[in-house]
Amino acid sequence: MSAPFAIKADGVSKLYHLGERAQYGRTFREAIVDSFNRINPLSRFRNNGRANGHADLWALNQVSFEVRPGEVVGIIGRNGAGKSTLLKILSRITEPTKGRAEIYGRVGSLLEIGAGFHPELSGRENIYLNGSILGMTRREIESKFDEIVAFAELERFIDTPVKRYSSGMYVRLAFAVAAHLEPEILLVDEVLAVGDAAFQKKCLGKMSGVAKHGRTILFVSHNTAALLNLCDRGILLEKGSLVEDGEIEPVIQKYLKGLRTTTPWDLSGYSDRQGRGRVRFTRVRFEDESGAAIEHGVSGEPLVVALDYESSDNRPLRNCRASVVFFDGLGQALFNCVSELVIQDPLTLPPSGTIRLVIPRLPLSQNQYVLTLFLEVNREIEDWMHSAIELDVIDGDFYGTGRLYPDGWRGRGVLVPHRWTVESK
Amino acid sequence: MPTENTETVNRFTPHLVIEPRGYWSSFNLRDLWRYRELFYFLTWRDVKIRYKQTVLGAAWAVIQPVFNMILFTFIFGKVANVPSDNIPYPLFAFAALLPWTFFSNAIAMAGASLVGNAHLITKVYFPRMIIPAAAVLAGLVDFAFAFAVMAVLLAWYQVPLSFNLVMLPALVILTSALAFATGTLLSSLNVKYRDIRYVIPFLTQFWMFATPIIYPVSMIPREYQWIFKLNPLTGIIEGYRVALLGGVNHTGFDWVAIGFSALVTLFLLAYAARHFRSTERVFADII
Repeated sequence: MSAPFAIKADGVSKLYHLGERAQYGRTFREAIVDSFNRINPLSRFRNNGRANGHADLWALNQVSFEVRPGEVVGIIGRNGAGKSTLLKILSRITEPTKGRAEIYGRVGSLLEIGAGFHPELSGRENIYLNGSILGMTRREIESKFDEIVAFAELERFIDTPVKRYSSGMYVRLAFAVAAHLEPEILLVDEVLAVGDAAFQKKCLGKMSGVAKHGRTILFVSHNTAALLNLCDRGILLEKGSLVEDGEIEPVIQKYLKGLRTTTPWDLSGYSDRQGRGRVRFTRVRFEDESGAAIEHGVSGEPLVVALDYESSDNRPLRNCRASVVFFDGLGQALFNCVSELVIQDPLTLPPSGTIRLVIPRLPLSQNQYVLTLFLEVNREIEDWMHSAIELDVIDGDFYGTGRLYPDGWRGRGVLVPHRWTVESK
Repeated sequence: MPTENTETVNRFTPHLVIEPRGYWSSFNLRDLWRYRELFYFLTWRDVKIRYKQTVLGAAWAVIQPVFNMILFTFIFGKVANVPSDNIPYPLFAFAALLPWTFFSNAIAMAGASLVGNAHLITKVYFPRMIIPAAAVLAGLVDFAFAFAVMAVLLAWYQVPLSFNLVMLPALVILTSALAFATGTLLSSLNVKYRDIRYVIPFLTQFWMFATPIIYPVSMIPREYQWIFKLNPLTGIIEGYRVALLGGVNHTGFDWVAIGFSALVTLFLLAYAARHFRSTERVFADII
C-alpha cells in the first residue's frame, strides 16, 4: 500500500434533524425525539435549533484528520460527542451530510460483536453468517473455523443453537469471530465492554497482537485504560468537533479534565450522568473527621466524602447501594468503596439528605484523582456520574515513619499498610 | 494461502471515498456483486430459520396453497359454480395459487425484512437491497415444494404436458422480479412509515381478488377485461395456467398481457430501486 494515509477525513459533518418529520404524524415525530432523548444526551443542546421543538443538531462538525497506515488511534469523548457517528460514517452505515472521507485498504468494522447472530441457528452456522456479515469470505471463514471455535472454547457446543448458550458463551463466540477478522483497517466501537474479565483480557491481547502486525486501528472507547494500552494517538471529540489530536496520554488527560465539573461542589449542572434520575446527587464536599470542609485529602489522614442527594419522591429509599470509585489521572480504577460490602443490612435512606463515605486512613499518594459516584435503589441505577469530581491529595505520613512514597517509583498511587518481619535461621 | 490473501484484499476496492451521494450515483452493481456471498448467506439464513421450531416444518410450504385450493374448490367451484375454462377446478385454482402464494409471501417477507434486520442495518455496511432480495429468493424454496404438488396434481388428472412449459422459467423470473420490486418498495416505505405493516395483509387480500385466481379472465365481460389486465399479475397468472395446463387448455399465451406485465415490472423495478436508494441514505438514522 503506497498511499501516505489509511484514513483521511476532510471536514466530515453530520446533521440530524430532530423533530423535523412532524408531517409523518405526531406519534412518529415523538418516537424520533424520544429515541434521541433516550440514547443521545446531545438532545440537551436542542435549544440551538429552531423553535417549536424542531432542531438541527450537528452530531459531527467539520472533523478532519489523517491516520497513517499502522497507526492505532483512540477516539475519546463523552456520550454524544460524535464518536459513534464518526465510526458509522467511516463504516458507511450512515452518510455524512457534508465533507468527505477516504480510506485506503480493506476495512473491517466492529460496531457490535455478534451482528446478525440468529438464536435459532447453531454456533457453527452463526460463525459463517456473522463472519460473512463482517466481510470475511467463505474460504477465509473455513480456514479459520477451528481457530475461532478453539478461541471461544466452545468445541462441545458448536452444533447447539445459540439460544441455548449462556450469555457468556454467546459473547465468547461473537468475540472469537470478530477477533479473527483480518482487515487492513479495523474500526472498533466500545465492544470491549462485554464479557468476563479474563476473556476481555484475552481479546485485548489478541487486539494488541493485531495492532503489532501493522494494522491500522480506530478504536472508540470509554475505557481509558484500554485506550492507553492499545493506542499511540488519541483524538478527542467534544460536541461533534475535534478538539485535540495528538499523543494518547495528554489527550486522555485533557478528556478527563473536561469531564470534571467546573464548580466541584455543585453537581446540579453536571449532565453526563446515567440512571433513572429519581434520586440525584446534588452536591459533594470533602471533610475531615471533625466535619470541617477540606480542599484536599492527605495521605494517611481521614477523608470523608459527603454526598448530598435529593429524591423526587418523599418516601424513604429502601435497599440502596452507594459506591464511590477512585480513578487515577489516566482513568485507571484504583479502588471502589461499596456500601453493601461493609454494611450488613440493606441500606435505607431518607428521601433526601447526606450520605458520607468515611475512609479512616486515605491510602493515596500525592496526585490528582477522579471519583465516580453511583447510587442504586432497589436494584435500579438512579444516578451514575462518571468521573464527576476531582480529588487533590497531598502527601502525608501514611506509614507513620515520616517517609513519603518517592516520586517516580513504580506503584505510586495506592498506599498499602504493611509490615515486615525478620527471623534468623 | 498466499492466493487467498490476495483474493481477500482485492475483494474490496482498496480505495474508498465516502461523501454525500446523489440518488443514482450509488446504484452500483459492482458493490452488489462484491457482496454476493453475504447475499447467499442471508438467503440461506432466511431459508433455515423459516420453519425452525415448527412441528410440520417445510410442509407449511405445501399446506398453505393446498388448503386454499381445497377451500376455493368447495366454495367457488362447487357452491358458487364459478367457471374454470373447462379445466377441473382444483387444477385451475392450484395453477394460479402456486405463483400467487409465492408472490404474496414474498412481498410480505420482503416488506418486513428491512425493519426486521434493523440491528444489522445500524451496525454493518452492505448494500441494503440484499435484504429484501434475500427474502424473495428464500421464498423460491417454498415455491419449489409447491411445484412438486402441482406435478402430483397433473399426474392425478392425467394432464399431458405441453410445449407451453418452456415458458415456465421466464414466468418464474417475471414473478420473482415483480415480487422483488413490490417487496423492495414496501420495505423502504416501511422504514419510514410503519403503517406499511398493516397495509400489506390488506393489500395482498385485495390484490388476490383483483387477480384471476379463483375465476378466469374469460368470465369478465369483454369490455371490462382491459381494466383487469392493468394488473401486472393478471398476465402472469394466466400465463402459468397456459404453461402448466397446456394439455387440457388449448388457449394460447396472451402475449400482449404478458408483455404488458413485463413492462410494468420493469417500470416498477426502476421506481423501487430509485425510491430505495433515495431513502437508503437515511435508513440507519431513522429505522
